Amino acid sequence: MLCAALAMIAVPAAAQEMESTAPYAYRQLDDAQKEARAQSLMQSLRCLQCQGQSIADSDAPIAGSMRSLVRERIAAGEEPEAIRSWLIERYGDYVSYAPRVTKLTWPLFVLPLALLALAGFLLRNRFRRAGAA
Amino acid sequence: MSMTDTTKPRSWAIWLPLALFLGVIVLAAVALFRPAERTVASTLIDRPLPSFALPGSLPGTPGLNSVDLATGKPRLLNIFASWCIPCQVEAPQLAQLAAAGVPIDGISVRDRPELLAVFLKQNGNPFQRIGADDAGKVQLALGSSGVPETYLIDGKGRIRHQHIGEIRPEHVADLLARVRAVQ
Repeated sequence: MLCAALAMIAVPAAAQEMESTAPYAYRQLDDAQKEARAQSLMQSLRCLQCQGQSIADSDAPIAGSMRSLVRERIAAGEEPEAIRSWLIERYGDYVSYAPRVTKLTWPLFVLPLALLALAGFLLRNRFRRAGAA
Repeated sequence: MSMTDTTKPRSWAIWLPLALFLGVIVLAAVALFRPAERTVASTLIDRPLPSFALPGSLPGTPGLNSVDLATGKPRLLNIFASWCIPCQVEAPQLAQLAAAGVPIDGISVRDRPELLAVFLKQNGNPFQRIGADDAGKVQLALGSSGVPETYLIDGKGRIRHQHIGEIRPEHVADLLARVRAVQ
């Protein structure tokens, strides 16, 4: 009881960043469908402070602000990919966990197919012999 | 099955998968040992300042609009907060820049008026105007990923430079030179 009273008048020794006060930082959207779309977008956006986490997982206040941004825009009817593009436009590709196919990244997507094709080419005689046997 | 099968695979076909594998190993090793780049810079350099209209951070003070930053003269826009320790560290440098005649405006991110008032009393107030970005939206619109950051805005309202982190004494000369260059 005394502890609780003391805790209420205790002054923090150093200033701490407070939780985001953005309206939807910690509050879900009322529309369940929109909230689901917002959640799936938030799972694929990187927190700018805790860069190993998505904004859905991160406790950082800036992640709260980003979550509110996503939820407010989805509530207003914006497409998730448009919101992702808006963020990529300002922070670059690093802010999104979903890589885009661009001039720089198309080899990454083509490489598995190219390797499969190469494997097929190298093994072409195996299949021919088996067929002719 | 033919026992006299003499088609020997060509040597390059035998070594190719190993060579590709070694190439991938080299690529991974180089990338893993390179030190990680943790700062996320804004991509808005040389692009117009996004439009915004923020209320004043302290009661009774004027707000900060993006149009206030396109006055014909270059200005510095400092993104800061009272809870930010490096912002205290850069306060003397901001005072130095203001004294050198560079107009500085501030945006306080996720802050409270009473805490901000204490911060400005302790560290001085080099800002002509301070806008309150309580929701952190303007910070996101600017491509800013933390505090403190300082943007150089030219007379036409274009972002010309972003300084990430506190302005240390050794940075002041460079910033001043950039301001003069943009004049």
